[in-house]
Amino acid sequence: MNNLVIIPLIIPFIIGIIMVIFRRNTQLHRWLSVITLFAIFTFSIILLYQVQTSGIQTLQLGGWQAPFGISFVADTFAVLLITTTSIVALPCLVYAFHTIGKDRELFYFYPMFLFLIAGVNGSFLTGDLFNLFVCFELMLISSYVLISMGGKKVQLRESIKYVLINVMSSFLFLIAIAYLYAITGTLNLAHLSVRIAEVGQDGLTTSVAILLFIVFSLKAGLFLFYWLPGSYSAPPTAIAAIFGALLTKVGIYAIFRMFTLVFYHEPQITHLIIGILGALTMVLGAIGAVAHSDIRSILAYNVIIAVGFIIAGLASFTSAALVGSIYYLVHDMIIKALIFLLGGTMILVSGTGKLTEMSGLIRNHPGLGWMFFIAALSLSGIPPLSGFVGKVYISQGTFEANLYWLGAVGLITSLLVLYSIMKVFMNGFWGETLLSKEMEKGSTKGLLLPIGFLTVITIALGLGAEGIYIYVEQAANALLSPELYINAVFGGNPIP
Amino acid sequence: MRKNLLMLHTVTRIVVFIILAFSVFLFFAGHNNPGGGFIGGLMTAAALLLLYVAFDVKTIKQVIPFNYTTMIAVGLLIAIGTGVASMLNGDPFLTQYDRYVTVPVLGELHLTTALPFDLGVYLVVVGVALLSILSIAEDDA
Repeated sequence: MNNLVIIPLIIPFIIGIIMVIFRRNTQLHRWLSVITLFAIFTFSIILLYQVQTSGIQTLQLGGWQAPFGISFVADTFAVLLITTTSIVALPCLVYAFHTIGKDRELFYFYPMFLFLIAGVNGSFLTGDLFNLFVCFELMLISSYVLISMGGKKVQLRESIKYVLINVMSSFLFLIAIAYLYAITGTLNLAHLSVRIAEVGQDGLTTSVAILLFIVFSLKAGLFLFYWLPGSYSAPPTAIAAIFGALLTKVGIYAIFRMFTLVFYHEPQITHLIIGILGALTMVLGAIGAVAHSDIRSILAYNVIIAVGFIIAGLASFTSAALVGSIYYLVHDMIIKALIFLLGGTMILVSGTGKLTEMSGLIRNHPGLGWMFFIAALSLSGIPPLSGFVGKVYISQGTFEANLYWLGAVGLITSLLVLYSIMKVFMNGFWGETLLSKEMEKGSTKGLLLPIGFLTVITIALGLGAEGIYIYVEQAANALLSPELYINAVFGGNPIP
Repeated sequence: MRKNLLMLHTVTRIVVFIILAFSVFLFFAGHNNPGGGFIGGLMTAAALLLLYVAFDVKTIKQVIPFNYTTMIAVGLLIAIGTGVASMLNGDPFLTQYDRYVTVPVLGELHLTTALPFDLGVYLVVVGVALLSILSIAEDDA
């Protein structure tokens, strides 16, 4: 038992509630939200240390033993993602201080932001399928509010689509849970794993696995991503950045958890489907990213490409590929937040998102320009930066697993990512300067700090890849051997 | 033209108390019988809503001067507070404590910390139901 496991879920929740009571005091909201994120970061570092030294940490809520109560499980994979979540959320929050506006701040922006973080952290930590559903809903309902907050026409249109698609996928999620409960009689992930290993993964169980895969693909933007580009272009920059960084990653995390812990018996069916859909996602995402000439759409399609690429690591299902996936997942959370903040700042300065209407921003904004350049290189995986390590390991894993086509698609789409993002850089920053300093639509005052922070993080993660390798390797090993997870959850008690 | 609503007003005044009493009964019955915070809260909200329908929003706001947003927040704090209390006590989050207490009039009672948790649920349900209905009612556009 370790109560620290649930702390990343309840701290933002409680602070969010307190903020609701003191609605008018925006200054208090700002301070409280920053302090909360620092607190989550501190606790997740402590948790990381504990997992490293004494194995997977678990908490049985209410003291009820494993399959009967709700378990919270912190293994290295989950804790790494929680740490990254708090690192990524902080700059988005600071960016929001300057750009989000008084109206949204008064209408519970910060509480909703913290509830979103609580939902994301809960989804990472829970060890129970239905509890995962509840945490998903906590995250999704906060995101519904965030996406429609402000009530602009485009936001309302896109939030209708977003809400409809997510209500639909939550409904499918419930049906999948019901089937799974009917088959196995349990919802605890560790217990599910044991029961399915006992009776074998027959056709019916595999069908349910694929239904769950469809659900999480809808959330993660894997192949069923058609709602994503529109929805992620509608909200203000700070919100779009946190969506791009966190929401799809929770879906990816759920796919990883289900297909490494529970449904790992029929990889020639499930993992092959995952691989094919991953390749299709990369191809279609790359086509979208290359075709568009609007910054927001290009960035949204880049989110989709990364989802396909991370999933390719799972499809290969070797040690190297999983290491790569975890590296790339951590990198992608950081770089997606960074690139969305950069793109949003470009739109803020030039007053338009269309690449054809902007040019030569580098003369007045050299810092912004070069940080965009670094982010673009990191996004496409140029060696000293953070995207490189993950790409190498995933490619190695796909080749080891004889999935040459998958590795090839991954590498070719990397080129297209580089092309699409360089298109933004060259059109937006190079060329003749159209806007003089006075004609610009907005100022970058205070915005370069969070962007710079994330740029430093992505460089540091690239140069210091070796420093976090032990954690990543441990997380990958834990994913490959489910009995570690099961033993930690049951803690020596007899498994009913 | 304003109709004379004497019958409605008189019946409402009596019926509201019956519904409120029933909702409180449902709330306390939850541990051993059907009922609990959710249905009790909905029933209370229904009683208050009857007041809003029979009279008008302005009058009832003077009679029941609650801020429903704060009510939701307080309810959530109470519910999560029972969990945090057991955490501070060194037990897992949301551990339930119970004790048999003899109270002068009511006799021996089985008191548990599930009750404050349910009270939190009750407040949240009342708050959410009334807040959503009233904000739609007051929307001019």
